[in-house]
Amino acid sequence: MISNRRRLFLWTVRGGMYLAAALTGILTLFLVGYVMAKGIPNITWQLISTKPSYLSGNIGILPDILNTLYVVIASLAIVLPLGVGAAVYLTEYASSKRLVGVIEYAAEALSGIPSIIYGLVGMLMFSNNFGTCLLSGALTLVIMNLPTIMRNTQESLKTVPQAYREGAFGLGAGKWRVVRTVVLPGCIDGVLTGCILSVGRILGESAALLFTAGFAHALNGFWDGLSSAGATLTVALYVYAKEQGEFGVAFAIAAILMVLSLLINLAAVLVTKYFQRRNAV
Amino acid sequence: MNRPVITVNGLNLWYGQTQALKNISLDIPEKSITALIGPSGCGKSTFLKTLNRMNDLVPGVRITGSVCYEGQDIFETNVNQLRKEVGMVFQKPNPFPMSIYNNIAYGPRTHGITNRQELDEIVEKALRGAAIWDEVKDRLKKNALGLSGGPQQRLCIARALAVQPKVLLMDEPTSALDPIATSRIEDLVMELKSQYTIVIVTHNMQQAVRISDQTAFFLLGDLVEYAETEKLFSQPGDKRTEEYITGRFG
Ligand SMILES: Nc1ncnc2c1ncn2[C@@H]1O[C@H](COP(=O)(O)OP(=O)(O)OP(=O)(O)O)[C@@H](O)[C@H]1O
Ligand SMILES: [Mg+2]
Repeated sequence: MISNRRRLFLWTVRGGMYLAAALTGILTLFLVGYVMAKGIPNITWQLISTKPSYLSGNIGILPDILNTLYVVIASLAIVLPLGVGAAVYLTEYASSKRLVGVIEYAAEALSGIPSIIYGLVGMLMFSNNFGTCLLSGALTLVIMNLPTIMRNTQESLKTVPQAYREGAFGLGAGKWRVVRTVVLPGCIDGVLTGCILSVGRILGESAALLFTAGFAHALNGFWDGLSSAGATLTVALYVYAKEQGEFGVAFAIAAILMVLSLLINLAAVLVTKYFQRRNAV
Repeated sequence: MNRPVITVNGLNLWYGQTQALKNISLDIPEKSITALIGPSGCGKSTFLKTLNRMNDLVPGVRITGSVCYEGQDIFETNVNQLRKEVGMVFQKPNPFPMSIYNNIAYGPRTHGITNRQELDEIVEKALRGAAIWDEVKDRLKKNALGLSGGPQQRLCIARALAVQPKVLLMDEPTSALDPIATSRIEDLVMELKSQYTIVIVTHNMQQAVRISDQTAFFLLGDLVEYAETEKLFSQPGDKRTEEYITGRFG
């Protein structure tokens, strides 16, 4: 028999858990709904296809969209070879277990540092040398995302069966050929997951970019864009809301970012599912 | 016995502090089947993997003594060249997660063959050689992981044959297979003997009797007895061999 007091206790605990779950769900829905409701009416073709002009008083976020794209491309182009290369070195080549341990620990620690500190360091390291520009911002983001790419690649390298490596070595393949043809194709899922997480992080980043890439809204091509100051969408959101009081524009950007981050989450889930199914063959 | 292809002299091997092979000396004759038998953990796989230096992949291995392939010290020759000549088939079928065609072409491509027509010929010849051509010729572009265990193992044999080795090392190639697949592999191995030198580890003494020309019995890292299969199983020269083959331990 359960005593009445005990029953009351269990009832309270269960009720509390339902309440917490419901609250989380409601908060999320409210936040998404609120941002969408305030943002979507402000998204016009005019807004996303033009650049801002002080003369005509026009506000357009095309430069910010492009800048975001440039930063994502430049960061990934640099961080991918570095992160994947480091992961391959650590799992396939490094002979010192201690060195591997130290680097893995450092990567773990690096990913917990607040992004504003990356901004500060990036400003001193990159902006002071290359100027305040998207390239400096991208390089800062490279440092931020290096651990993500490296750790995800490493984890998935560890799941490539040793039997594949043995089979290839047994046919007289050298180390590099084994890595290139058998090991790397087996870790694409980890690389992709790392990429998706990094893109999400880059989209959401503001502090590190405010320090290093500035917040101009000029319309540039890729290479000119990299060497000029520029705002990504998230930075633009901050500037429009805080400096210019343009809340309609800020919410429009917020809605766009929200949709993008939902899409990225979805992509991550789909990629994981796809590779789980493929590996189950 | 035919002329020896591999000669082993005073071979010792340690994994860290533990000695897995103790002063092994034996000759492996050309174009014949040599079976390695013995209880679990006696060093059969270790010995086999020494012959094409797959032990190089294990950290902390130390080897003394000599192993010669065609009169050349294997520890002095290029390891990739050695493994091209001395191929290997593993206990668990391990096809690569790629098409059947690319599995077979992997070895030849590794050794510099890129001509499509030449590769086509090698792939067909290797698959025929491993008695699996008819089964897979219509789905060469399909993923090799879609085959079941027996065909996968024959695919792995074909993959090893495609680099035209002289010696084929097989580590319990049938232990993961059902009886029908096993007997097909045994038939295949006996056919391959006319062209290749085969060293096969087996837990199954009937298998050793059925297919091998000579048998080596290992125990706790020692080579206890090495003789013609018929002789070893009918009149073993050592008490421990007799106990093992009559099933009193192991
Ligand atoms: N990588 C390794 N590191 C350390 N010790 C090992 C390693 N591989 C094998 N050994 C040890 O060496 C000894 C011989 O192992 P080996 O695998 O050669 O035996 P085996 O005769 O093939 O056994 P089985 O019939 O179970 O396959 C065993 O005691 C084993 O524990
Ligand atoms: Mg073994």
